[in-house]
Amino acid sequence: MAKKVPIQLMLNGEDRAEFVDSGATLLTVLRERFDDTSPKGGCHQGTCGACSVLVDGELRLSCLTLAEACEGQSIETTAGLAKEGVLHPLQRVFLDGFAAQCGFCTPGMIMAAKALLDHTPNPSREDVVEALSGNICRCTGYEPIINAVLAAARANSHNAA
Amino acid sequence: MALTLQTYPTVTAANAALASGGRYLGGGTLAVRAANEGELSFDTLVRATDPQLAAIDISDSNVRLGASVTMAAVARHKGLGTIAQAARAVGGPAIRNMATIGGNLFAPAPYGDFTVALLALGATVETDDEAMDIGQFLLVREKLKGIVTGVRLTLPIEGTFRFLKVSRIKPKGVSVLSIGALIERDAGETVTSARIALGCMADRPIRAKKAEDALVDAKLTGDGVAKAVEAVTDGIRPITDPIASEWYRREVLPVHFRRLLLA
Repeated sequence: MAKKVPIQLMLNGEDRAEFVDSGATLLTVLRERFDDTSPKGGCHQGTCGACSVLVDGELRLSCLTLAEACEGQSIETTAGLAKEGVLHPLQRVFLDGFAAQCGFCTPGMIMAAKALLDHTPNPSREDVVEALSGNICRCTGYEPIINAVLAAARANSHNAA
Repeated sequence: MALTLQTYPTVTAANAALASGGRYLGGGTLAVRAANEGELSFDTLVRATDPQLAAIDISDSNVRLGASVTMAAVARHKGLGTIAQAARAVGGPAIRNMATIGGNLFAPAPYGDFTVALLALGATVETDDEAMDIGQFLLVREKLKGIVTGVRLTLPIEGTFRFLKVSRIKPKGVSVLSIGALIERDAGETVTSARIALGCMADRPIRAKKAEDALVDAKLTGDGVAKAVEAVTDGIRPITDPIASEWYRREVLPVHFRRLLLA
């Protein structure tokens, strides 16, 4: 039986504490202990990007990150983006732009896009393609996703003007 | 199988723990992936949190990269522009935020593209109690006692270092091959020295020494590089994997090597 260790972290702005299996991945702990099923377990090899989350603002793959190593850190997932029933701008443009089909890759795509826009509010198309290069989508052919991220960036700059 | 993570504040303590078994955890892109795939050779992961492991020190053109420095940290560091291209060639953004210099040194082909660059640059690999040339390190890396603590290298003069990663998927994919080349030329543009490193042409990065010899005293023209291009396949043993066969990699290496030299 795995040794239990205490972890404390900030999940989508909320302090959370739990006893988890030492060696458990962040993906497992988010989904099974914190009931946040927005990160998806796709390949568990770091290839598909469906499990992408932000750890202290940096894009990481939760399937390859040990929860214990995230002690004291801030975790952001897609589940925390909507505020008071209002979708985050990235979620809104994905919806409006038909950038999701089966939806399995969408949480990872959105977190990868958020990581980009948090640091590069006015990205080029190439920036977006590069930012999403670690995320696989088997449905859309990527174009609607890229266009959605560019639309979110345009909306951001319009709002800031 | 249940995994246990052990965290130590110093490299010495982590090395002592590893002496009784376990596997070192860097960024997780190799060790946790192996665990996820069901590898049963270890049930303990060991890590060290010494801040020096994540430090980048630059003095003139002399660089020391701690083993826990990530590819993203190298790619965005303003003082490391000449090797940033090789760091950016590794994975997508999330992988680059996690993958470390130390892990890349142990990555089996088709991974380990940054190590190809380090081999071309003649880096030195450090552990707690010794330092060795990266070529020597690559020969003995599985037998190493203790973890790698960092690498030292001299930054190449601008225009002397070339790096190429070839993959089937754009903009990012697993390597078909990668090439690092440190080529110095005199005022007349004749090659005075060359170090060529190849990825995916064996189970780990290797030097193309015959091609290096053939480049010295040549010019980087179509005719000038012909002998080196012919020699670049000497001694290679390309891997076969779902990305490409041994035959394919052997066939396309000279083509990409020539393009890199003439770029």
